[in-house]
Amino acid sequence: MTQARDFGFGEEQQMLKEASLRFMQDKQPLAHLRKHTAGTEDPYLGQARPGVYDAEAWAEMVQLGWTALAVPESAGGAGTNLVTAVGVMEEVGRAAMPTPLSSTLLATFVLRHAQAPAAQAALARIAQGSSAAIAIYNQYGELELDATEVTVSDGRLSGTSYFVQDLQKVDFLVVAAKQDNELGLYTVDVQADGVSCHADRIVDLTRDQGRVTFDAAAVECVAEPGQGGEALQQSLPALLTLVAADIAGGCEWLLQATADYAKVRVQFDRPIGFFQAVKHPIVNMMIAVDETRSLVYNAAGAYDTDPEDALRCAHLAKSSASDTAEFCANRATQLHGGIGFTWEMDVQVYHKRQMHSQQLFGDGVWQRQQLAELI
Amino acid sequence: MGRVSGVNCPVETDNKRWNEPMSQSQTPAHARKESAEQAEFRAYCRAWLEENRPPPTHLPLPQAAYEVTADEHRHYLVDWQARCYEAGLIATDVDKAYGGHGHEGFQQIASAEVRRAEVPYFINWIGLGMTAPTLLVHGTEEQKQTYLPAIFSAEDIWCQGFSEPGAGSDLVSLQTSAVKQGDSWLINGSKVWTSLGALAKWMLLLARNDKNDKYNGITYFICPMDQPGVTVNPIHKMTGESGFNEVVLEDVLIPDHMRIDEVGAGWKVAMSTLTSERGAAQGVGAVASSESPMSTIMQLIDLAKHTRRNGKPVWDDPVWRDRIMKLYERTEAMTQNFRRLGVSTLENGGMRIPLQSKLVGSEIGQAVHQTAMSILGMSSSLYVGDDNAVEDGKWPLGYMNTYTGTISGGSSEIQRNILGERVLGLPKTK
Repeated sequence: MTQARDFGFGEEQQMLKEASLRFMQDKQPLAHLRKHTAGTEDPYLGQARPGVYDAEAWAEMVQLGWTALAVPESAGGAGTNLVTAVGVMEEVGRAAMPTPLSSTLLATFVLRHAQAPAAQAALARIAQGSSAAIAIYNQYGELELDATEVTVSDGRLSGTSYFVQDLQKVDFLVVAAKQDNELGLYTVDVQADGVSCHADRIVDLTRDQGRVTFDAAAVECVAEPGQGGEALQQSLPALLTLVAADIAGGCEWLLQATADYAKVRVQFDRPIGFFQAVKHPIVNMMIAVDETRSLVYNAAGAYDTDPEDALRCAHLAKSSASDTAEFCANRATQLHGGIGFTWEMDVQVYHKRQMHSQQLFGDGVWQRQQLAELI
Repeated sequence: MGRVSGVNCPVETDNKRWNEPMSQSQTPAHARKESAEQAEFRAYCRAWLEENRPPPTHLPLPQAAYEVTADEHRHYLVDWQARCYEAGLIATDVDKAYGGHGHEGFQQIASAEVRRAEVPYFINWIGLGMTAPTLLVHGTEEQKQTYLPAIFSAEDIWCQGFSEPGAGSDLVSLQTSAVKQGDSWLINGSKVWTSLGALAKWMLLLARNDKNDKYNGITYFICPMDQPGVTVNPIHKMTGESGFNEVVLEDVLIPDHMRIDEVGAGWKVAMSTLTSERGAAQGVGAVASSESPMSTIMQLIDLAKHTRRNGKPVWDDPVWRDRIMKLYERTEAMTQNFRRLGVSTLENGGMRIPLQSKLVGSEIGQAVHQTAMSILGMSSSLYVGDDNAVEDGKWPLGYMNTYTGTISGGSSEIQRNILGERVLGLPKTK
């Protein structure tokens, strides 16, 4: 199959993207975040930082149908494609919004490739407003999709999943676990018996992350042992592309914020944007963002209509996005000067979100290692 | 062309595959959905190019149209462009009144197929890429009818007289003077870096009619190169090639009907011409280089796979491979940027993407060649004509020629000023 020339991004996608932008402007997620994290700045004083998010805004997002967006119609969702979800994720990234939507979208795409009957039920829960996250990594954060050290026996999970995103915000988990060394996927409620969660102390203020220990927790199987790896592999292009879209939105914000600052900050009697040592790196930020954004839409279009090329396109998108995340965050902080280095400026919030996103599912070097094997 | 022996040289390069056509990997991964008519036209272009691909020249062609000087190359390339024009691959969407083929939405297809086929470039790239778009927007009816057909057929080669010894990146400070004398203009001054100057019949000329008005004191002319007072002196580039020239203009008379647009409007018109030069020159089918960027990357990968170091292919070294894959990623991004430009809801508006394309394309091209030089190691010292040179020295030659891209048509530094100022609204540097 060939991709549509317009990436599949039509009027409907544009309307939803614009609605997301307006929603974010209305909700002001950073103001909410600031209010609820005040006093937790100092890492040495030991205050736990809660997984802050705007629960009212989340309820509205559910009402608006955003959780049901990517759920197939057969499970009560809207059945839209990845390009549609990417448009929304870009706006989530631009707003640096702490929201379970990010993880829930990722979990949705994994469940779409899970073949056991319970997967449909899990998708239906998401369509009705439950939130979910995937739990697939071991304590070393190894990126291989079968890296989990959680095991399953008689329908009960044991072991620990690490680096689970949005753990404090979500209702249930999609867990990768092995039965006799065969990888399967299982759903379990965060509140269920035998599930204990521990929040990591992380750099990024806009996300939360944690580890989950299972002690004979009863689970539903959504992908049978031996079929979990394939489900993860098939959904991987969507996971990479969604994270890359978040970066594209966040880096556009960093670009515009830095350009705006360079127009008003005066030194040596001129706005600093006059000086080419400032002007040119800002242009380089723009070049990086545009490359990433184009590769993100290409990857989404490939996932939707050209599955054979989807993984290559997704590695390209995340390769570009990871490097753009580092580059734009780095330049934005540097070019804001002393103020850019402070807690007070939102630049740091975006900087740290990019640091986190850069590593999610592998940085640029990792993506390019995988890519080289594909061509 | 030859094989590098591995005896006293750390590199071993296998040249065999250079002579084979590139694999399908260079085909855009995502052909576009198009109408039946467009698909039919694409199939026609592809078949025509396949059947009419010209045999190689006796002397290898220079890498791009800028460097053509030899008569053999000139005749060969003029003939090739004329045939492509007759076949409908050039001026495809231009009005029939001006010698075009009168289609709509076909040029992009024709140009894409020309690039895909990797046939020789079109020698009249300045005529196609700059004169034609300029005349179509700013020319009189008479000028369009007079000059355009001979541009498309390559009967008349064009060159561009913008830069001067004292006006390069700061183009607006140009000093060549134009003084009105009756129905003509008297031109005095000198131009530099004039590609194809020795072959051209006409020059796009910027000259100053008013010394007291920097921006509104410049007028745009068509200058006949066979006029008395026009002297063309070749300039040799660092590669040894001499495609470009110094052009001295001494009391050259240009009739007023060869002025383009209003007196004093030259700067405005030039900015429109440079916009064509900076990436959007596909309007009438200009293709100035035979190789697509992605095909160059695939050749680079091939080079890495067939060059050995430390007893294994360079491709197996993770450091080199990362560097190559980053270039592959950025090259694909250029393609996808261009595609996004066609989607109004995703293009960011204005000139944001088009103004990046020359800057980014030329810098990536340079990085690709720098990487090739690193892979070649000692072999990168072997130049055109050496019987042991890999692919007859194309990588070192190409490397040096990448500076054409990063300097001409506004250096990368000026491009970044333009992007910062026009797109991001940063304060002007001047």
